[in-house]
Amino acid sequence: MSQENKQNNIAFVIGASSVGTLIEWYDFYIFGMLATIISKQFFPANAGTAALLSTLAIFAAGFIVRPFGALVFGRLGDLIGRKHTFLLTLIIMGGSTFAIGLVPGYATIGWAAPILVLILRLLQGLALGGEYGGAATYVAEHAPAGQRGFWTSWIQTTATLGLFLALGIIILIRTNQGVEKFSAEWGGWRYPFWISILLVGVSVLIRMRMSESPMFSKLKTEGKTSTNPLKESFGHKANFKMVLLALFGAVMGQGVVWYTGQFYAQSFIETVCKVEFVQSRNIMLIAILMATPCFVLFGWLSDKVGRKWIMLIGMLAAVFTYRPIYKEFINITSAANRTKIVDARLTNTMTSYPIYDTKDKTKMYLKHEADTTYFDGSVFKYYRTDTIILKAPRDEARPITLINPDMIQYSSPKPNLVVEKTLGHAAYWDMIWLVFIQIVYVTMVYGPIAAFLVEMFPTKIRYTSMSLPYHIGNGVFGGLVPFLGTLIVEFTKTSSNPTGDSLAGLWYPIGVASICFIIGLLYLTNKIDKNVMD
Amino acid sequence: MNTIKKLLGYVWMLLAPCIILFLVYEAYDKISKATAATQSNVILQWVIILLIFTPICIGFFIFGAYASKGEYD
Repeated sequence: MSQENKQNNIAFVIGASSVGTLIEWYDFYIFGMLATIISKQFFPANAGTAALLSTLAIFAAGFIVRPFGALVFGRLGDLIGRKHTFLLTLIIMGGSTFAIGLVPGYATIGWAAPILVLILRLLQGLALGGEYGGAATYVAEHAPAGQRGFWTSWIQTTATLGLFLALGIIILIRTNQGVEKFSAEWGGWRYPFWISILLVGVSVLIRMRMSESPMFSKLKTEGKTSTNPLKESFGHKANFKMVLLALFGAVMGQGVVWYTGQFYAQSFIETVCKVEFVQSRNIMLIAILMATPCFVLFGWLSDKVGRKWIMLIGMLAAVFTYRPIYKEFINITSAANRTKIVDARLTNTMTSYPIYDTKDKTKMYLKHEADTTYFDGSVFKYYRTDTIILKAPRDEARPITLINPDMIQYSSPKPNLVVEKTLGHAAYWDMIWLVFIQIVYVTMVYGPIAAFLVEMFPTKIRYTSMSLPYHIGNGVFGGLVPFLGTLIVEFTKTSSNPTGDSLAGLWYPIGVASICFIIGLLYLTNKIDKNVMD
Repeated sequence: MNTIKKLLGYVWMLLAPCIILFLVYEAYDKISKATAATQSNVILQWVIILLIFTPICIGFFIFGAYASKGEYD
């Protein structure tokens, strides 16, 4: 084959593999991003069993099922081949995503709704567990020896671009439809699930045209494929010790750096810094878009200088800078560091209005809104809602302003307070740069990892051996970052400090990345395995 | 360098059961503090965490054992 044909062939392999993997990530993310609406539509409110099912659907698919998917499909990929296996995972993922969009709500079919959604979500987790290892292995086995890091880095961009695509589509539909229509039972939140079937259809057609990996085909022709990939991967000490090294010396650190940069950052900006819904997502979208080319840059660089040091420098930078970065998030969005504009035409000092409870005539809410505009263009909106219980049902003919204070039996001692911050231009871009820095760390640890894992294991058990540590590192260590981060903040709450230390949650990714860095530094080799045909 | 690798192997072997004990303690603490409405959910979350992290910690212990025997020299 001529040099030009080889380049065209590898470009097709990358394109076909990447599109499919991107769609799988998109499918997996939309469920998580729409979790609040999904739990309202498919799960009855305040029901213990429903909450359990909801937790299982959202929690378990990310943590338990992905490593199982890695085992099931990894084994299949080493037995029957890469192409057919990751074609299968794509169909399972696309089919289950589309089906989630078709399941009627709890109001229509009752308990069948949450059970169906749980089953479909578990299928999504299984499919994702099988997809990545297949795509990375397939591309790496096609790539020329000195360019493996560069070509596999394209696969690495798909996880981030999948997030970008999911965020973009959801914001687009939500903005066009409005919140109410978007959140209705058959509203716009279902569209991202339906769109998936089109994307998967195109991707399946492309993947059907692909040929099997040349290395796997050669093994098959020679009759050298593994008969029991699970036993060979985890039952033989020589390979099992490499699986452990891959997990503890590289992938667990990579997983926490990835999930902190892309998911914990978004949650922190929204829940701790209180940045407005659309603006917080735009900050993520722009930062992700700007940093994505760095995946390819670090993949390419890893072919020149080795994989180890790029990944370790990314981890070390994360360890030392996470706390300053998140402290700066708080400073940038703090009211204390701003100068107010005291102008009645720009500042809504206070608007109060009552809201009657339609069912309970003795209950009403008093909602207060106050805007503060700052010289840097930021606008902070404060909403406070007091619940008021009357001694007797109110007289509907009587205006609310004329309610006699003696009629009030109870006023909630802890009113509901909501702050929504829209940042000015400079603060907005400061936030974007800080997220961008974190995503650059993600690209450093994640860009070279596919090539690194592929080179660690022999061809006949590669799919199985690399998929399991990858999905434990990312699904478990990474996936638990938001949950454990929030839990650690809870530990710091005391009666004298009821909000706790909002930066304490970072100790989890910092701790895991530190241990991973030490293990990687001491036990990993920086040697690039030129021949992955073994 | 090989001596450091071996010595750290013992540290990893020690760290693994400590993590399991810490998680069991936290699970007990959080479950006992949970309200009746959230208890079943809190139990489920911690059972999942323990089920996932226990085999990982066993793996970490084995990794430490391999390191202490010089398998990664």
